[in-house]
Amino acid sequence: MRKFDTKVQHLKYKVLREVARHAWDDTLLESITDIPKDIVPGKVPTMRCCVYKERAILSERVKIAMGGDKDNPNVIEVIDIACDECPAAGYEVTDSCRGCLAHRCEDVCPRGAISFDHNHTAHIDKTKCIECGRCSQVCPYTAIINRKRPCQNACKVKAITISEDSVAAIDNEKCISCGACVYQCPFGAIMDKSYILNVIDIIKKSEGGKKYKVYAIVAPSISSQFSYAKLGQVVAGLKKMGFHTVIEAALGADMVALSESKELVEKGFLTSSCCPGFVAYIKKSYPELIPYISHNLSPMAALGKYIKDTTENAKVIFIGPCTAKKMEMQLDTVKPYVDSVMTFEELQAMFDSLDMDINTLEEDVLDNASYFGRIFARTGGLSDAVAQALKEQNLDFEVKPAVCNGIEECKVALLKKSKNVLKENFIEGMACVGGCIGGAGCLTHGAKDKAQVDEYGREAMEKTISDAVAVLGINNK
Amino acid sequence: MKVVVCIGSSCHIKGSRQVVQKLQELIAQAGLGDKIELGGTFCMGNCQKGVCVTVDDEMFSVSPETTEEFFNEHIKARA
Repeated sequence: MRKFDTKVQHLKYKVLREVARHAWDDTLLESITDIPKDIVPGKVPTMRCCVYKERAILSERVKIAMGGDKDNPNVIEVIDIACDECPAAGYEVTDSCRGCLAHRCEDVCPRGAISFDHNHTAHIDKTKCIECGRCSQVCPYTAIINRKRPCQNACKVKAITISEDSVAAIDNEKCISCGACVYQCPFGAIMDKSYILNVIDIIKKSEGGKKYKVYAIVAPSISSQFSYAKLGQVVAGLKKMGFHTVIEAALGADMVALSESKELVEKGFLTSSCCPGFVAYIKKSYPELIPYISHNLSPMAALGKYIKDTTENAKVIFIGPCTAKKMEMQLDTVKPYVDSVMTFEELQAMFDSLDMDINTLEEDVLDNASYFGRIFARTGGLSDAVAQALKEQNLDFEVKPAVCNGIEECKVALLKKSKNVLKENFIEGMACVGGCIGGAGCLTHGAKDKAQVDEYGREAMEKTISDAVAVLGINNK
Repeated sequence: MKVVVCIGSSCHIKGSRQVVQKLQELIAQAGLGDKIELGGTFCMGNCQKGVCVTVDDEMFSVSPETTEEFFNEHIKARA
């Protein structure tokens, strides 16, 4: 049974699980300081120089699991004492340099940063180097390597810098909270703030649904997660935890596909609204393109709004693969519709905090959306859904989508649009490679994830978007 | 009169959409549009008895096949 990709995730999970366990029991306050020792007992260190440092870092993890630094608006935070201060030297010549005659590295360097010593070995002048990497590409001995930190490599929006004390620092003006660095840091020094305490509080105060009902909106990428159990067992587990019911965010995606396609026809050009990382990227790095962002709510918020509009006092919790959703829920336009957000990672910790083995539960059902709403979870799905929505509504308009898989591709399309040379009329932007299934809050990431989403899509009872949303129309008073 | 149809997963699979569409049709045919407030909600907690429909908070178990009969007996007769 493989629950996580890495040991870093497993450690983070243990912290979340223990914090949640004490929160359910109302013993968190007196146990906060014990949690690190419960996770790292004894005297033999397994991760760091000594158990005391391990526990000190765990205390920081506990804080983040409890909501983190309130003064930092970003949901992504660096644990400075966990940052291993990896070499951040950028391009360096290694001892594989043979001191050859060709000097391709020197020829290709646009800044004249490469010189040679008396052994003919190459050296890079750091004051001149712009880290373009061309020398590394041309060296026949692959002697020049990039010693950029994994977090910086992961961050394609270049929001991570190295502070004076060699610790990674996040520039909140640039960060889109996609969580790529969280997943990539080999020391787990960057974490997403958790709101599980908020979720537990909402569930407990509902008094088993007597005071109000708590709705779980679950992202369609769940089809590639919890692979050790059946999806119906995850649904059953959520209900057992105290949720009134579980609804597919994909139904919100069906709603969005219909309205976004209409908006596209009206405006002639649009960028998608469902990925909060992509939307944040436009706002922060391409503000001139803000008018093109679809005015539709995201599927999460659209469905949350529907639930709140039709059910008094309902509480809505979104469960998905996404750390950026934790930022989206704080937007003024979204805040009224979504009460909290948790990731699949956090959900696993929540199940285990209740010692719930979902494998033993009887399967419940989850079937609200169409094939098209469900495939939003993977790159290209949103564009397919918009094309289908145009067809179903008999709108005479041909969508030419620029399907951007990952923030680097988004950047290319947005740059083209800003220069007025983009030939497509719709940008489907997904900050994570693969789409939501590549999200930082997923338990696992695998090659078969996309196929699993498509299969889940085909299992939907409703075959068209219009049929899936037909049940919603009745509340239009 | 308030009529609420369950549109949660379990009832959806048993035919909520067909029940909703049929009720909309029947209400329109009978000209009761302004007397009946038709709504939907996700899960009424009675999944075994789906499709669940409430008429002024009284619960009924309906299927697409029995919708017309249900409408005549419990909605039209009372409206």
